[in-house]
Amino acid sequence: MADRMTIHLKIWRQEGPDAPGRFERYTVEDANSHMSFLELLDVLNEQLIREGTDPVEFDHDCREGICGSCGVVIDGIAHGPQRRTSACQLHMRHYADGDTIVVEPWRAKAFPIVRDLVVDRAAMDRIVEAGGYVSVDTGGAPDANAIPVPKVSSDEAFDYAACIGCGACIAACPNSSASLFTGAKIAHLAALPQGHPERARRVVRMVEKMEAEGFGDCSNHAECEAVCPKGISISAIATMRREYMKAAFAGQDV
Amino acid sequence: MILDSKVPAGPLQEKWDNYKNSVALVNPANKRKYTVLVVGTGLAGGSAAASLAELGYNVKSFCIQDSARRAHSIAAQGGINAAKNYPNDGDTVWRLFYDTIKGGDYRAREANVYRLAQISNSIIDQCVAQGVPFAREYGGLLDNRSFGGAQVSRTFYSRGQTGQQLLLGAYQAMARQIDAGKIEMMPRREMLDLVVVDGRARGIITRNLVTGELERHVGDAVLLSTGGYGNVYYLSTNAKNSNVTAAWRCHKRGAHFANPCFTQIHPTCIPVSGDYQSKLTLMSESLRNDGRVWVPKETGDPRPPSEIPEDERDYYLERRYPSFGNLVPRDVASRAAKAVTDQGRGVGETGLAVYLDFRDAINRLGKNVIEERYGNLFEMYERITGEDPYQVPMSIFPAVHYTMGGLWVDYELMSNILGLFVLGEANFSDHGANRLGASALMQGLADGYFVIPYTLGGYLAGMDAGDTDTNTAEFAQAEDESRARIDKLLSVQGDKTVTEFHRELGRLVWDHVGMSRTKEGLQGVLSEIQRLREEFWENVRIPGTPDTFNKNLEFAGRVADFMELAELMALDAIDRDESCGAHFREEYQSPEGEALRNDDDYAYVASWEYTGEVSKPKLHKEELEFENVKLTTRSYK
Ligand SMILES: Cc1cc2nc3c(=O)[nH]c(=O)nc-3n(C[C@H](O)[C@H](O)[C@H](O)COP(=O)(O)OP(=O)(O)OC[C@H]3O[C@@H](n4cnc5c(N)ncnc54)[C@H](O)[C@@H]3O)c2cc1C
Ligand code: FES
Repeated sequence: MADRMTIHLKIWRQEGPDAPGRFERYTVEDANSHMSFLELLDVLNEQLIREGTDPVEFDHDCREGICGSCGVVIDGIAHGPQRRTSACQLHMRHYADGDTIVVEPWRAKAFPIVRDLVVDRAAMDRIVEAGGYVSVDTGGAPDANAIPVPKVSSDEAFDYAACIGCGACIAACPNSSASLFTGAKIAHLAALPQGHPERARRVVRMVEKMEAEGFGDCSNHAECEAVCPKGISISAIATMRREYMKAAFAGQDV
Repeated sequence: MILDSKVPAGPLQEKWDNYKNSVALVNPANKRKYTVLVVGTGLAGGSAAASLAELGYNVKSFCIQDSARRAHSIAAQGGINAAKNYPNDGDTVWRLFYDTIKGGDYRAREANVYRLAQISNSIIDQCVAQGVPFAREYGGLLDNRSFGGAQVSRTFYSRGQTGQQLLLGAYQAMARQIDAGKIEMMPRREMLDLVVVDGRARGIITRNLVTGELERHVGDAVLLSTGGYGNVYYLSTNAKNSNVTAAWRCHKRGAHFANPCFTQIHPTCIPVSGDYQSKLTLMSESLRNDGRVWVPKETGDPRPPSEIPEDERDYYLERRYPSFGNLVPRDVASRAAKAVTDQGRGVGETGLAVYLDFRDAINRLGKNVIEERYGNLFEMYERITGEDPYQVPMSIFPAVHYTMGGLWVDYELMSNILGLFVLGEANFSDHGANRLGASALMQGLADGYFVIPYTLGGYLAGMDAGDTDTNTAEFAQAEDESRARIDKLLSVQGDKTVTEFHRELGRLVWDHVGMSRTKEGLQGVLSEIQRLREEFWENVRIPGTPDTFNKNLEFAGRVADFMELAELMALDAIDRDESCGAHFREEYQSPEGEALRNDDDYAYVASWEYTGEVSKPKLHKEELEFENVKLTTRSYK
C-alpha cells in the first residue's frame, strides 16, 4: 500500500544562464511512497502554479531511465542515492515522511544553466560529432551475418553502448571530465570489427574535442562510475587511453 | 477529391523495383542545391536526415529534446523484425508481409506492406555495419526471438534496449553528417506550423524552446517524422514530449488525417498506481516468449500468487488460443485481459491487473538465461514496483502504446499536400488496424533509410531548387498565427492547470475511445470533449511568459491540439461500424467475443479533411484492394 508522506524540498532556482541563482524551500504535503521523484516535482509544480508562482523547470521525457533527459543532483549525488538509477526511476519509497531533499542542476563549466534545473549539454553531442560513429553510407552494407562477431565482444560493446548520455558522470567528476562518456563510445566501437577501420582517427578527434569543449582531465576519482545510471565501467577510460596511445604511436594526426 | 495512392503497376513482388527503375533522379551535383527540412530525429527522422545528407542534400533537422539522441524511439525495448530467416524456421518476405497485413486485420495497403517486408533485411545489414550491438549466438552470428502474431523467430534485438541501440546508430550517422556540414541540427525547437506556398509545403514555423523566439525555416520539401499521438490518452507508454501538434497543424493546413481511431493498447504494462501517475511503463512483448499470463480461476481470490495451486490458475491465453498461446497479437491479448478483469478475476490492489509469470521459464532455463534475455526489464520493473519478478509474478495491465492512424500518405510517403512527406509513426501507412510487435522500428527505419531517398528525389527532380524565401506573406501569416495562439493561451489565466485538463481528456478518451467502444458511448463523448475544450480556452492557467523556457506553455499548446484530435478519433470510431484490429465496437463481436469485421462496407482507409471546423471534418475513402491475400477471419486459435 502507498503511504502518504510530507516531503520538504530545497531547490535551486535560476532564471537564466547569467541570472543569479538561489535555493528556495518548498513543502509537498501529499506525496506518497509509490511516486517517482519526478512525480513529486510534478505535484510540487501543480501546487506552485495554483499559488501563482513559476514552476520548477526540469528536463524529462521517457521517465523510464533510457532517454537521458532527466538529470539533477539530489542531496549532493547525481541522480540521487539509489545506485544505477536515473532520477526518473528513483521512487519515494526510499524516503521517510518528513525528509528534506536538496535538488540542484548538473554543475560543470561545459554545461551552462538554461533555467532552474535545466542545463545545456550540447557539448556532449559535439564530442560524438567529432568521431563517435562508423562511416558507412546507407545502402552499401554487406549481409549482417557476413562478419561473425564473438558473443563476448558483442556483449562488451553493448555494455558500453548502453550509455544514455545524461551527463551524470561529468556532473559527479571533481574535474568535470567527460572521460567516461567519451570512453564509453570509443570502447563500444573498438570492441566491434565494424569500428576498427576508423579507431585511430576516432579516438584522437574525440579526445581533442573533449578538451576543446572545456571538460577537465580524468584523475581517476571514479565518481563517474559510481553515479552512472547504466553502470558503465571505468574500464572504458582505460580503453580510451590505450586506443589514444596506440593512435599516437601509429602517428595518427588529424 | 480523389486520393491517389500511386501504387505502381505490376505484380506485388515487382512493384518496388518497377518504381525504382522508373523514378526520376536528381543528379549528384544538383542535390546540394536543395534544402530538406526534417522534423523529428527518431528512427524515421534520424535515418532520413542522415541518408539524405549522405546523398548530398542540405538537411535541416529539428527536435524538441535537447539532443537528437533523446527522441522517443530511444525507449523501444523488444526488437525489430526482418525476414532474414537466419533460424531456418521457414520465414520469407512473403510471410513477413502476410503476418503484418493479417495482424493489421486487413486495413493496410498491400503494396506498402510488401515493400516494408522486402526492405526489412537491408535494415539489419545497415545497422550492423553502423556498429549496433545486436544479440548474438556463441558462434558469432545474430540471434533472433519471437514476437506476437508470428510463428517464426524473426526479431533482432539488443537485450531490452533495441530502440536505444538503433536510434544511436541513426544519431551517430547524423553526427557524421553534422560534422561534414551537411546537416544543420536544431534541437529544442517545436514546429508550430507548416507553410504552404502555391500549394506546396515550403517551410515551417518553429518556437525556440529556450528563448521563446518564433523562427521561419524555408526548404524545398518538408519531412514530418514527429511520432505518434498516444499521449492524447494522457497516460500512455509514450515519452512525455510525444505529441500530435506538428501533424495536427499540417492537418489544419490541408493534410488528411487517416484512421485516427486505430490506436494500440499494449497488453503488458505496469498497472496504474495512483492519481499523481504521469505515465505508464511498458514491459516488452518479448517477455511473452517466456512469461505465462494467468489469473485465478475463482473471482476475488485473495491468496498471493505463490499459494494458488496449478489447477486453480487460468492460463487464459493458452486456453483460448492454443496455437499462438501467450504470443497472440496485442489487440487480442489486451481484450482478453479486459475480459478476465471484467469478470472480477483481476489481481492486485485495484483488481485491474493480471499475472505474467516466469516461474516455469526460470525452472526450465535457469535464472541466468532469463537475466540475460530480460535483465534490464526485470530491473526496471523492480525499481518501479518494489517487487522482484524473479520471485513473484509481474502484475501487468493493458495501456495505450502506439497509434496506427496518422497523416495520410501515398506510396511515396507524400501527404496530399505536395512536398509534405510523412514518415514513421506519424503516418498511417503500414499497420492497418493493429501493429504487430517489432514492426514500428522496422517501418521507421525503412521509411528513412530506404524509401524516402528514392521518393523524395522523384519529387524534387521536377522542381527548381530554392525558389522561395522566408519573406513571403505565407510565412508572415503562419508566424503571426502561431504568435497569436501563444498569446491567447497565456491570456486566459484561469484556475485549472494544463495537467488537470489533460488528465480529464485522457479519462474521456480512454473510457470511450479505448479498448472497447460503443456507438452510444462515442456519441456521448463528443459533447464532453467539446465542453472540455471550451472550458480549456476559458479557464486554463499557464504560468510564466512566452519569451523564456516554459514547459507548461509547450504542453498547453499540445493539449489544445489533443482536444481537437480526440473529437476526430471519436468521429472516426463512430463511422466505422465494424470491429477490426484494435478498433473493437461492442456491437460487432462473435459469441466468443472475437472481433467481427465487415469487409464489404469498411475495407477502406478513412481519410479526414479539415474543413475549418473541428466538429465537421469531411470523410474521404481510399478503397483498399486486396489482389494477393484472401481476407479471412483472423484466427489465432
Ligand atoms: C515503451 C515503448 C517501447 C516500444 N518498443 C518497440 C519495439 O520493441 N519494437 C518496435 O518495433 N516498436 C516499439 N515501439 C514503437 C516505436 O518505438 C515507435 O513507434 C517509433 O520509435 C516511432 O519512431 P518515430 O521516428 O516515428 O518517432 P519518435 O521516435 O517518436 O520521434 C519523434 C521525433 O519528433 C520530434 N517532434 C515531435 N513533435 C515535434 C514538433 N512539433 N516539432 C519538432 N520536433 C517534434 C521529437 O522531438 C522526436 O525527435 C515502442 C514504443 C514504446 C512507447
Ligand atoms: S526521463 Fe528519460 S532517463 Fe529520465
